[in-house]
Amino acid sequence: MTQARWFGPLLFTALVTALLFLILPVVAIFVDTGPGELLATLDDPAAVDALTLSLWTSALAVAIIVVVGTPAAYLLATRSFRGRSVVITLIELPLVLPPAVAGIGLLAALGPNGLIGDSLDDAGVRVVLTTASVVLALTFVAAPFYLRQAEAAFSALDRTWLEASRTLGAGEATTFAQVAIPAALPGLIAGLALAWGRALGEFGATLMFAGSFRGVTQTVPLAIYERFATDFTAALGLSAVLVAVSAAILLTVKLATHASPARVLAPR
Amino acid sequence: MSSLRVEAATDLGPIRLELDLTVAAGRCLAVVGASGAGKSSTLRIAAGLLRPRAGRVVCGDATWLDTERGINRRPEERRCGYVFQDYALFPHRRAWQNVAYALRDRPREHREAEARGWLSRFGLDAVADARPATLSGGERQRVALARALARRPDVLLLDEPLSALDATTRAGAERELAEVLAQTEIPVVLVTHDFTQAALIGDEVAVIDSGRLVQRGSASELAARPATAFVADFTGAVILRGTAAPAGDGTTEVTLAGGDRIRSTDTVQGPVAATVFPWEITVEPAGAWAGAPRSAQNRLDAEILSVTTIGGRVRLGLTGAERLTAEVSTTAVAHLDLRPGTAVAATWKAAATRLIAV
Repeated sequence: MTQARWFGPLLFTALVTALLFLILPVVAIFVDTGPGELLATLDDPAAVDALTLSLWTSALAVAIIVVVGTPAAYLLATRSFRGRSVVITLIELPLVLPPAVAGIGLLAALGPNGLIGDSLDDAGVRVVLTTASVVLALTFVAAPFYLRQAEAAFSALDRTWLEASRTLGAGEATTFAQVAIPAALPGLIAGLALAWGRALGEFGATLMFAGSFRGVTQTVPLAIYERFATDFTAALGLSAVLVAVSAAILLTVKLATHASPARVLAPR
Repeated sequence: MSSLRVEAATDLGPIRLELDLTVAAGRCLAVVGASGAGKSSTLRIAAGLLRPRAGRVVCGDATWLDTERGINRRPEERRCGYVFQDYALFPHRRAWQNVAYALRDRPREHREAEARGWLSRFGLDAVADARPATLSGGERQRVALARALARRPDVLLLDEPLSALDATTRAGAERELAEVLAQTEIPVVLVTHDFTQAALIGDEVAVIDSGRLVQRGSASELAARPATAFVADFTGAVILRGTAAPAGDGTTEVTLAGGDRIRSTDTVQGPVAATVFPWEITVEPAGAWAGAPRSAQNRLDAEILSVTTIGGRVRLGLTGAERLTAEVSTTAVAHLDLRPGTAVAATWKAAATRLIAV
């Protein structure tokens, strides 16, 4: 039992080290930003514009991701077909893609003279450097976070629940809507929170694909970067606001999961 | 009322399922066999959850599956009440909501009252608003049964409906289930690996081994006349292998693999499986005079390996030249001071020894 003497403290030390390292920058932002600066930030119309834009573009991106991603993840989780693992790898690819590369890729696809941007141009649709391009960039980088979580949540469902639903007279669509989604809800919501967090913090792809125009494409991270060179205090203030908003979203989502009846779903 | 017929041929991993079972309306067929024998797959084929390579499922006039004619009705189009092994209750729905899920063809405003009515019939009023996670095993089983019956199915399929329960709950649940099924007018198929349960609940028992039907009949028929050693094993009998030859006095003498000889009133010759039920075997101290007059002609020396109390009985694991199991009363155990390591003699009658040619 000599191991017990040092192994417990070792685990504890590791956790404390990790925790300190991870919260230090966040704490620093709030220590350096007085309440006055925080309020001043919210007085700055450019900052408010950026915050509003960030909130609604990320919400729209997450909505798109959930509407398309949920059925897609369900299919991946419940059917086995040839090339399934290839499809999963392709879906996860944006996770490891550097944001700058994602931006270049989006430009090459949807930009002027791009793969399908050309035809879009002919149809009179211009995405690059518009708010739509912000939503596209956020959707692109955040989608894999939701898809992965949703796929895992659906895979973890007891298959007999789905089968029982069928034998009780419900078709596949009803089973999806009334059994699979409610039962997988905690996992789906966790995925939504991750995707939303990623979308709020998105910087590289947005900058390259959408640019940084105040009120049109300048989200909070871009606004922070713009202030960073000239006014560090303002950048700090805006950072603090972004941290607060992200934390609030994460917390709300977590509380919503806890309050939901799906809580009893804890693995048996 | 209509009968159910399931005919199927399909590959299930290492085994090949090839079955043709018919169950009449109001009858309960208990399908027993070892795990992996294809019992559950048979139910899944009937319910449309598994498509066999070839087969037919006919319920009354309705053909649910006919691979030759390309008919394959979806599970929701077959009227099957299915009770899953772990009950498959929807965790996010209360007990009554689970039952109400089966009532989707009823007007929405009637569903709750009807669902609560079903629960009430199963003595579950108190837990109608509880979620499955907070229910006991026995309550879950009854909710699952209520949900399956609420669909007003044309057949009822029960997949090991009691195996998730602890031994005490199970005994009561078995009796209840038998009572419910006795009032049911549809064909019922019960899958279990427990022969006693099959005997208690089923009107008939079908023994399946490696995807094939080995024997079908009433439980007492199977126990009295097992067609194969596998069936005998399933009915709980002790099996001894040996070679049988006429003894001259009208009985048959079996020379066991371990060298001992036993007698049977059955007349079979050649390699046999001799079977005897544990409760036919009596145990006496090893020192008792072997020549004492007794009606039991069979006597084997053994040592007690294990002593397990099951209710009011005690199951003794015996080892010697042969492995035996004897069932005796708790009084006998105390009286004879039976414990692991005690040397004993196991005796039983020739008339209690069934012989099956192998």
